[in-house]
Amino acid sequence: MRTAFVKQLVEEARLNEKVFFLVADLGYNVVEDFAKEFPDRFINVGIAEQNMAGIAAGLAKEGFIPFIYSIGNFPTLRCMEQIRYDICYHNLNVNIVAVGGGYAYGSLGTSHHTTEELGMLRTIPTLTVCAPADPIESRMLTTMAVNDPTPFYIRLGKNGEKAIHEKSLENYQIGEPLLVRKGETTAVLSTGSIGIDNLDFITENNINASVYTFPVIKPLNKERLAQLFNSYKKIITVEEHQASAGFGSAILECLNDLQEEGLLTGIPKVKRIAIKDTFTSVAGSQKFLKEKNGLILKKEYFTAY
Amino acid sequence: MMKNENYIRFAKEIREKVLEMIHRAKASHIGGAFSMADILSVLYEGVLNIKPDEPQWENRDRFILSKGHACTALYAALALKGFFAKEELATYGQDDVRLMSHTNHKVPGVELSTGSLGHGLSVACGVAVAAKVKKKNWKTYCLLSDGELDEGSNWESLLFIAHHKLTNLITIIDYNKIQALGNTNEVMNLEPLTTKFLAFNLTPIEIDGHNHEEIEKAFLTKTDNPKVIIAHTIKGKGVDFMENSLLWHYRNPDDNQFVESMKQLSK
Repeated sequence: MRTAFVKQLVEEARLNEKVFFLVADLGYNVVEDFAKEFPDRFINVGIAEQNMAGIAAGLAKEGFIPFIYSIGNFPTLRCMEQIRYDICYHNLNVNIVAVGGGYAYGSLGTSHHTTEELGMLRTIPTLTVCAPADPIESRMLTTMAVNDPTPFYIRLGKNGEKAIHEKSLENYQIGEPLLVRKGETTAVLSTGSIGIDNLDFITENNINASVYTFPVIKPLNKERLAQLFNSYKKIITVEEHQASAGFGSAILECLNDLQEEGLLTGIPKVKRIAIKDTFTSVAGSQKFLKEKNGLILKKEYFTAY
Repeated sequence: MMKNENYIRFAKEIREKVLEMIHRAKASHIGGAFSMADILSVLYEGVLNIKPDEPQWENRDRFILSKGHACTALYAALALKGFFAKEELATYGQDDVRLMSHTNHKVPGVELSTGSLGHGLSVACGVAVAAKVKKKNWKTYCLLSDGELDEGSNWESLLFIAHHKLTNLITIIDYNKIQALGNTNEVMNLEPLTTKFLAFNLTPIEIDGHNHEEIEKAFLTKTDNPKVIIAHTIKGKGVDFMENSLLWHYRNPDDNQFVESMKQLSK
């Protein structure tokens, strides 16, 4: 996913001389192509994420389109106030990219578990919050972030994720769900790289349920969500994030608002699969940590309504 | 000498407007606004290349006030220069107005909203890099408070400024020696400050921050390394009972104190 992002960013930089790339001394073997081709538009700011976010705001104020890049919580939690005030209050075209969303760097320890940032960033006005499921969504969001004048956050996985979508995504509307497998009665919704787990589970077990990915979780497209809620009796949300304030919460909020506005014909049951307000203080692979935290589908979720 | 008289007059007008705004709004931070009034006077009356009728003019010099709590002095300077009507200053502190009590970029001439300390210099770095990449000659000025230097993010910026030799970015410290809970040397000692900047490969220039000739000279001095102007100032400068007093970080003058303050400033 990160390779797809950097490749796309290089393409965007060829098309648009305003694209700028800042890294906080991370991205070995990832960022070099950009740095070589556009040395005037690439800066390694050192291990200084607060400064990086502020520099990006200054560049964007002067018309550039900076992307800031680092691992996990570093380009987000470490400089949350710079994101809120310098970038988002000024509504600047700064695009924040974190590699290693969720437990992607699970074995590196709790410092690298990126499991709270979607909720924190989702509360900030003007910011579009994204978590692509595969390399194709990553490329699409990178292009969108360049061309949309408002700030974006993009949570990437790491590398080697399988493609969920068969071809590049045209005409994607911000906040809409993408149907990747059609079924009935139950819909499994997710954001980020965990989407492939859901698709594989449903396919391998031949379950008659739909699978959707959400490349963007804020803002959500309410009209498309209303259609979705009106089409299923049960919704299962899956995320590599704390249950509090994350993707499932966003879906529930939307469901509640649509119900309150009288736009739903029925109210589907919602099961949320997310981390239960806990830190994971053991090392482990991404797969192990997802299983340990119950971030996996089970057949019984699809039987009783 | 005409120029110096101009600076004296403009600084006096800034302080009078600040006093009116803070008295009317029953607001805080008069001490820090007074301490930097002479620096703003030299910037806005002499140094900055700006067009008040075209606040976003591409080739303007950029001034970022990082110590956003002292915004009244900046609002006053901008209104006096004609960026917006002087009458609007009377709305300061009211509901539903753009003159927030920390610097707001919705006000014409304000480059950046600030108020959380330790943000302005990073953004100024980005603005200065933009000028270099675009090969533009405009300069970026960033004014910080002394207490603000406690924020680690500034030191990230100072490393960056020196490493990239951003001589088109001028950093100014309003060193009035008092921060929110006491004297800077008791709360968090900054000294030796010049040595710190020298060690960063920056060029510190120490001046009397109320001497307009010294301020102007510091701005015009060419240096090989990026310069940091350490302006020694007096918190509450201009009104004797406010000078060097922590109380006037917070207090607003009552009606009698307002009259007395205005009398002293008008001298």
